[in-house]
Amino acid sequence: MRHVCSSSFAAMKTVVQQLRLDAGLDRVKVSQAAVDLKQVCLQNGQHDPLLTGVSSSTNPFRPQKVCSFL
Amino acid sequence: MCDQTFLVNVFGSCDKCFKQRALRPVFKKSQQLSYCSVCAEIMATDGLHENETLASLKSEAESLKGKLEEERAKLHDVELHQVAERVEALGQFVMKTRRTLKGHGNKVLCMDWCKDKRRIVSSSQDGKVIVWDSFTTNKEHAVTMPCTWVMACAYAPSGCAIACGGLDNKCSVYPLTFDKNENMAAKKKSVAMHTNYLSACSFTNSDMQILTASGDGTCALWDVESGQLLQSFHGHGADVLCLDLAPSETGNTFVSGGCDKKAMVWDMRSGQCIQAFETHESDINSVRYYPSGDAFASGSDDATCRLYDLRADREVAIYSKESIIFGASSVDFSLSGRLLFAGYNDYTINVWDVLKGSRVSILFGHENRVSTLRVSPDGTAFCSGSWDHTLRVWA
Repeated sequence: MRHVCSSSFAAMKTVVQQLRLDAGLDRVKVSQAAVDLKQVCLQNGQHDPLLTGVSSSTNPFRPQKVCSFL
Repeated sequence: MCDQTFLVNVFGSCDKCFKQRALRPVFKKSQQLSYCSVCAEIMATDGLHENETLASLKSEAESLKGKLEEERAKLHDVELHQVAERVEALGQFVMKTRRTLKGHGNKVLCMDWCKDKRRIVSSSQDGKVIVWDSFTTNKEHAVTMPCTWVMACAYAPSGCAIACGGLDNKCSVYPLTFDKNENMAAKKKSVAMHTNYLSACSFTNSDMQILTASGDGTCALWDVESGQLLQSFHGHGADVLCLDLAPSETGNTFVSGGCDKKAMVWDMRSGQCIQAFETHESDINSVRYYPSGDAFASGSDDATCRLYDLRADREVAIYSKESIIFGASSVDFSLSGRLLFAGYNDYTINVWDVLKGSRVSILFGHENRVSTLRVSPDGTAFCSGSWDHTLRVWA
């Protein structure tokens, strides 16, 4: 006779409950999701200092040009 | 190693045969009864459609898994880089070390930026936690923890406190004071208590709550003032190594990654796991949300970084190269999400084009593993910490 262990029953119940939750999720096609990810990048690209590069005067980490006395 | 809940074996009279036996729970039309093993077996072999038994649960699990696989396959209609084909390619990047923060006596394990975009907190194997002004490279505060391997540190949103922890299994909060006479260590507040090492910590939107991840396989949400456990998150099958909070606009969720190769997204209020992803082939060392909150990236010991989209519920990109064979320890996005910076155990930092999946730059400089990496809050620079005892700010 198969031995039915209570802790494996509880574990199985948790697995099934999680799977039921997963089955109920509304999923979007990758084509749609990818378009949205691309949009976020393109819309905010202008304001991304590491992407566009920032001049020394505005970026506190970039070395400032040395001033020389004439 | 992880906390698990076990059902206690109850002895009593079986609800079916009334004999005194060890009982197990059995669900009949969603009502819980207690049957002895003999009656439970008999029930398992008849009336499967009305009762939940181990056998019926197993078959339900199989059919649900099958349905999920089918649905997921249908949604996988295109790759991210295909959608991004027409996007302009990125030019050459010139990123150099602009500041080197020296002062730690041993491996730097973790770092975090302050919201003021200039201060940095870092923690090290030697137990020291240092707060730096990254513009001037001056050390503003330093505290010695009672333990070594301080694997996690975080700056409070207000900039008035820091949190850290590691082998002491705790997360402690230190208020930052500029009073020279005050001993920082004296004001220390122990907030979180785990049963194994603290691997990651993060303040939520306020100084009042902290989220922690631990080697005990759980994550937990704590109230800083009282030290009370507000919510715990169980589900990882091994040590949890990293976590990241969703950007505030997207609500109360966070993602965690662990040694069980899984990345899990959690609902902070209910403690429930909302989604789980298991495509990595080794420990996940770092997870970071995409700026919109609809996706997150992960870095793993399997030498790849991956992008998972939450709405498509799947992995949508892999960032890897045959020449990269060392694990990625830490990842972060640039402000727009177009660039993914990843620190590796081969001492380098690779910069990836998130949309096209290609590497745009490789940065050398560290003389040992890169262990931690964060982009500054305004995106003007990023900081990396390494086992070579230093931190570097790149721009």
